[in-house]
Amino acid sequence: MIVGKQKSIDEVWAMIQGYKKVLVFGCNTCVAVCHAGGNKEAEVMASMLRMKAKQENVDIDIQDSGIERQCEHEFFESVTERIEWADAIVSMACGIGVQFTAEKFSTKPLMPGINTTFLGATEKPGVWTEKCQACGNCILGMTAGICPIARCAKRLMNGPCGGSTKGKCEISKDLDCAWQLIIDRLTALNRLNEYETLIPIKDWSTDRAGGPRKVVREDVMV
Amino acid sequence: MNVKTPSKLEKILASGQLAVTSECGPPRGSDPEGIIKKGTMIKEYVDAINITDNQTSVTRLCSLASCIRLKLMGLEPVLQMVTRDRNRIALQSDILGAASFDIFNILCLSGDHQSFGDCATGQNVHDLDSMQLLQVVRRMRDEGKFIGGEEIKRPPRMFVGAAANPFADPFEIRVPRLAKKIAAGAEFIQTQCIYNLDRFEEWMKRVRDRGLHEKVYILAGLTPMKSAGMAKYMKNRVPGMDVPDEVVKRLSGTPKDKQADEGINICIESIERLKQVEGVRGFHIMAIEWEEKVPEIVQRAGLYPRPVV
Repeated sequence: MIVGKQKSIDEVWAMIQGYKKVLVFGCNTCVAVCHAGGNKEAEVMASMLRMKAKQENVDIDIQDSGIERQCEHEFFESVTERIEWADAIVSMACGIGVQFTAEKFSTKPLMPGINTTFLGATEKPGVWTEKCQACGNCILGMTAGICPIARCAKRLMNGPCGGSTKGKCEISKDLDCAWQLIIDRLTALNRLNEYETLIPIKDWSTDRAGGPRKVVREDVMV
Repeated sequence: MNVKTPSKLEKILASGQLAVTSECGPPRGSDPEGIIKKGTMIKEYVDAINITDNQTSVTRLCSLASCIRLKLMGLEPVLQMVTRDRNRIALQSDILGAASFDIFNILCLSGDHQSFGDCATGQNVHDLDSMQLLQVVRRMRDEGKFIGGEEIKRPPRMFVGAAANPFADPFEIRVPRLAKKIAAGAEFIQTQCIYNLDRFEEWMKRVRDRGLHEKVYILAGLTPMKSAGMAKYMKNRVPGMDVPDEVVKRLSGTPKDKQADEGINICIESIERLKQVEGVRGFHIMAIEWEEKVPEIVQRAGLYPRPVV
């Protein structure tokens, strides 16, 4: 899923200066799972902004709303009126939802309420870790199911580097060395001999390097 | 092993004589005097001089320009090239640039992470990794082809090297990793600095068990310690470094004003012991900002005069 982290109240407050009616708009799927931008978090953010307004003695009407996903047209119908009411929106969605909402309401000023951090998993309550960088050409079949592109700080295709120490990455003792994990798993699978297979130079054209990407499937078009 | 390039380093290694290399870090400014001075200081005592490529991710005068300086002085540079800062266009381009000045040695590295340096908020590139860079240089040289497959007019003639760290984790893949680098095209290896000689000898034994010492020239890496403080720092703070307690104790037990001398003694004793290890074909002496000690180390270790080839 997409993991996000809330921006500070002060940063959001600074962005909405000058507006009179602000809607804090939640997105209740990915960023709700990581407790950053779901409808509940939108409600709390709106309430904190109202307190801030009171402290600062600023006349501003701050409301909250939300939908299941800000990245699909069908969910917006129920909230069109709420959005029209506001003269600015703080979208609590990931960068995708923020942009999708902006495209739908082309004359409505829109601010991000969270930072989109990565594509990751919930390790345990309160801990999320990055697993994928959406490079568009999956190599997990060659790396024992652990992605060195997302999880090695140097995205080494043929690691580990000389900085791997006691299973940890040279940049942080809190970060597992992805190549240690790959080797451990190859060992567990009794396939360590595969370590010596050179992973070839990667075609990054399916990654960010190839420009903005698009998937078109005529078979599922309506 | 047959000689494939005009590299002096390759010729010495192929002749069966122990090679000696050293390295110099370029300055943090545009004055070339530092490189010229360091090169002049050690030129009679080493066969080739590595120039580091923005080591520890601190921005410096570039490796390529520094190598050209040495080359113009008649010295033999080893161009260190990391994959951190350049994509495949820039890497190939710089290789051609180096080849245009007849720089005949290259060391392919991934490079320290940028978070250690002066541009911690910058991007890293890693379009290729060090193994892939080895393959690229070999293909450019041996097949005369770019990554894209097009022909290179006047291909580079470079003796191709890589680094190996016998001490990093996990230990079980240290030898397979060397084998992988050889398969990727490495012809010489410069190792991480060796302080734990027992562990290095164990690694070399495993290298010999697979016959890898006959496929690649291994230069044992050495960095003399200046003080007990440096030993402690290397032991505790530098990733992938193995400094045994005995080394720290020996330096700590030496009066402060004699610790540097003791560091040189340890370095020379290590060389003497490593000379006995089958498969060690030379020494890479990395006297960090202490290049003036290289002549003494080389002389006292019985590695002087250097062969003429």
